[in-house]
Amino acid sequence: MDAHTSPAAAEEHAHPSVGVYVRIGILLFVLTALEVGLYEITYGEHAGAAGAAIQPFFIPLLLLLSAGKFALVAMFYMHLKQDHRLLSGVFVFPLIIATVLIFGLILLEAYHFAFARAGG
Amino acid sequence: MTDHAHALELGTSTGIDSRKLAIWTFIGSECLFFASLISNYLVHKETWLTGPGPFPHEAWTSPSGQVFEPIIEIPLVTLGTALLLFSSLFVVLALANAQRGNRRGLLTWLGATLLCGVFFVGMQVYEFTHFVHKGLTLKTNLFGGSFFVLTGFHGTHVTIGVIWLLTLWILAWRGRLTADKSLNLEIAALYWHFVDVVWVVIFPVVYLIK
Amino acid sequence: MATTALDQQRAHAKAHAEPTGLWSWITTVDHKRIGILYGATAFTFFLLGGIEALLIRIQLGAPNNTFLAPDTYNELFTMHGTTMIFLAIMPLSAMFFNYLIPLQIGARDVAFPRLNAFSYWVFLLGGLFLNVSWLFGAAPNQGWFGYANLTSRQYSPGLNVDFWMLGLQILGVASLAAAVNFFTTVLNLRAPGMKLMRMPIFTWMSFITQVLLLLAFPVITVALILLMFDRFFGTSFFVPSGGGDPLLWQHFFWIFGHPEVYILILPAFGIVSEILPVFARKPLFGYAAMVFSGIFIAFLGFGVWAHHMFATGMGPIADTYFSLVTMLIASPTGVKIFNWLGTIWGGSIQYKTPVYFALGFVAMFIIGGLSGVMHASPPADMQQTDTYFIVAHFHYVMFGGSIFGLTAGAYYWWPKMFGRVLDERLGRWHFWLMLIGFNLTFFPMHILGLNGMPRRVYTYPEGLGFEQLNLLETVGAFILAFSFAIFLINIWKTSRGPRNAPADPWNAATLEWAIPSPPQPWNFAEIPSVHARDPLWEAKRERGGPLPEPQRVSGEGIHMPNPSYWPLVSALGLTAMMAGLMLIHHLGPWGIIAGGAVLLFGIFNWAFEPAG
Repeated sequence: MDAHTSPAAAEEHAHPSVGVYVRIGILLFVLTALEVGLYEITYGEHAGAAGAAIQPFFIPLLLLLSAGKFALVAMFYMHLKQDHRLLSGVFVFPLIIATVLIFGLILLEAYHFAFARAGG
Repeated sequence: MTDHAHALELGTSTGIDSRKLAIWTFIGSECLFFASLISNYLVHKETWLTGPGPFPHEAWTSPSGQVFEPIIEIPLVTLGTALLLFSSLFVVLALANAQRGNRRGLLTWLGATLLCGVFFVGMQVYEFTHFVHKGLTLKTNLFGGSFFVLTGFHGTHVTIGVIWLLTLWILAWRGRLTADKSLNLEIAALYWHFVDVVWVVIFPVVYLIK
Repeated sequence: MATTALDQQRAHAKAHAEPTGLWSWITTVDHKRIGILYGATAFTFFLLGGIEALLIRIQLGAPNNTFLAPDTYNELFTMHGTTMIFLAIMPLSAMFFNYLIPLQIGARDVAFPRLNAFSYWVFLLGGLFLNVSWLFGAAPNQGWFGYANLTSRQYSPGLNVDFWMLGLQILGVASLAAAVNFFTTVLNLRAPGMKLMRMPIFTWMSFITQVLLLLAFPVITVALILLMFDRFFGTSFFVPSGGGDPLLWQHFFWIFGHPEVYILILPAFGIVSEILPVFARKPLFGYAAMVFSGIFIAFLGFGVWAHHMFATGMGPIADTYFSLVTMLIASPTGVKIFNWLGTIWGGSIQYKTPVYFALGFVAMFIIGGLSGVMHASPPADMQQTDTYFIVAHFHYVMFGGSIFGLTAGAYYWWPKMFGRVLDERLGRWHFWLMLIGFNLTFFPMHILGLNGMPRRVYTYPEGLGFEQLNLLETVGAFILAFSFAIFLINIWKTSRGPRNAPADPWNAATLEWAIPSPPQPWNFAEIPSVHARDPLWEAKRERGGPLPEPQRVSGEGIHMPNPSYWPLVSALGLTAMMAGLMLIHHLGPWGIIAGGAVLLFGIFNWAFEPAG
């Protein structure tokens, strides 16, 4: 990190080809279709026994699919896979704090509301 | 090291262009912004079930007997999601063309990106007015408040992205977005992808999870 | 008459002399000038906050006092806190970030000079926005932390909370923009050889502070947005009658608020870590530990927020978790304290004003830290919270810590910034009066707090045993104020003397002391090459003695960014948008739209002007 490299030298990493970008685009569309499909199977108008079976796993599966989309866009479209690791760090560290924030708040407020409803 | 090196011509210590590092830094900060809005949405999720409606996935009947159907329409939003995802693909293709100095390709794909962006915003506006007609406003219940604030700020970010990309499109049309200036598009594209990625989180959390 | 090379050089230097006059300050993008602007503005706000404090102390000097009406008292303690945190300590730190970071890393300026100017103007306008509320008789009055649902439209129908809410949003933009700027600058503009672990410790602590700013400010931005929607658009995020939860505000606020206190103290940690080695004539003890403890404090700082909420009934699991992590965070802080002691241990201390304040910092911060650890225990905190014991704690860390540290920095870097060394004798008077006044004001608060005096009360009855200590504190506050009068006299007296400070009056270690005092606009005649930590000490070692006084150069061939007024225009547009929001019920959306148009106009022109 202390070397003085010119900006031109830093861009010398492999660019994915147009084909790769398009394939990822299609994959993103497919993953979205899967998300919606999962919703329809579980909660849709014609949801049946399969839906009931999936229900406990619905949220984790859904989040997994979106995490996949998130990673694809970040790594390939935003180029993080090929770029300097620092940029990945600059993105991932706030994501960690963001996750802590979301889970912390949900836990604390869920307790609060449960408590409030029960006795308070 | 030359004595009187031009301040702006020195390479950077990391090898990354400062503007690129800066936009990533800003994006990192924005992760906390949207995380806070998403937390707010999730936290209030438990409390709005006491009414008044309408609600996203459940029907609700008011004490006076008025029935509110579930208000979320998956097909419309899925279309919006697809639009935004494809716009990310299109802007990547636009950037590839910009880097190769291909003005025509750049204009085509950047134009496609813009169209997708404009349609997404249009879809959101339609959805918002549709919800209002169905009886859901900011004030109606905490779903309304949290939903409109979260998706509204996301939509505002998309709109700012559209203005930014439109400016670059006009520059490209005038022949001023040459290959050596392609970093300007790269930076705008990074912002655009981030806005897309936030929607990738909002879509399931708001629309698909009950 | 033949012109010699020297004549030509002098003519060139005169033609390229640093511009003077108001316009040159309005359009400046020079980090050193921006630093001075921050410093002058922040110090003025500090004095304003101090006057607010003195008024509070007069009111509390006697029981059942009627010097101030209760409503005015509420405005004063709210504005005192808000001013000291957002308009004094943070921008005083920003003065040092601005002035020093490029110098310490061997750069000519920050990564984005115009963005830097933008941050300053937004700060100034935000501070004015907040304080213009006094003219409307509607100064913020809800406490600096704005707890819901006191801040709801129902319980605070006036403009007071609106001024606070929107003023803080403006200030948040300034902080975020500056954080992006300095984060990029530190990573990208270091001189050759300046590896991260060779950076001056002040630059490191400042860098960590930028990370905290980047991650904490968005959270309060959202909290303020949600509050704004509650107040202006009828939502119920924090309003119980609509299903909302006032406690959610507290969570959001303290998720920001706790990292904020580390934002307030880390720069002072950095300053003191620079000063003690120089005046002990020994390198900083445990440099790596200082860096990693700073990183650890910053990271952990995001996990302790609810220790501000022990009295809200979060339940035993939450209380236990937050208590443990809060106690844990005392460890890296302790590491720093021991390292400061290790630095001066065995050193050959030169007793000059900067080191007095630095040592004062260490002592006062230890006291503040100890009371802090006491609140980390929820059962103990149930007694301490909302009493003067807490007021004592945070004044010991924020005044005893941050202000002592920032004052140390002022005396230390004054010669570099202004070419004059502040008077040593007046400096000592300042120090001793400040130390005595400070302790007289704030130490008794520990006792009063444990004896039951609550916070935020505009008066107290006789017979509870609060009278004598309160009076003592009021006397102490005036001694403290007097010490700053001495500082002002020192500044004035020094300014009348010759501007002849050497480049390196203290025999210091870091790059800023290698260039003339004050520096030329381009900072370094040649960008230095760095081979070690404490590069100047290394250079002196190699030379076997002091370095020659650096010469001023003509600056020919060194290209600096052009000045610009678009940052100011953009800042005005942003402020106009916020004012438009405030007036939304009178102007509809048009105020916001007009402000937005100015902002866009400013940004577009900024983007398309040649940067130079």
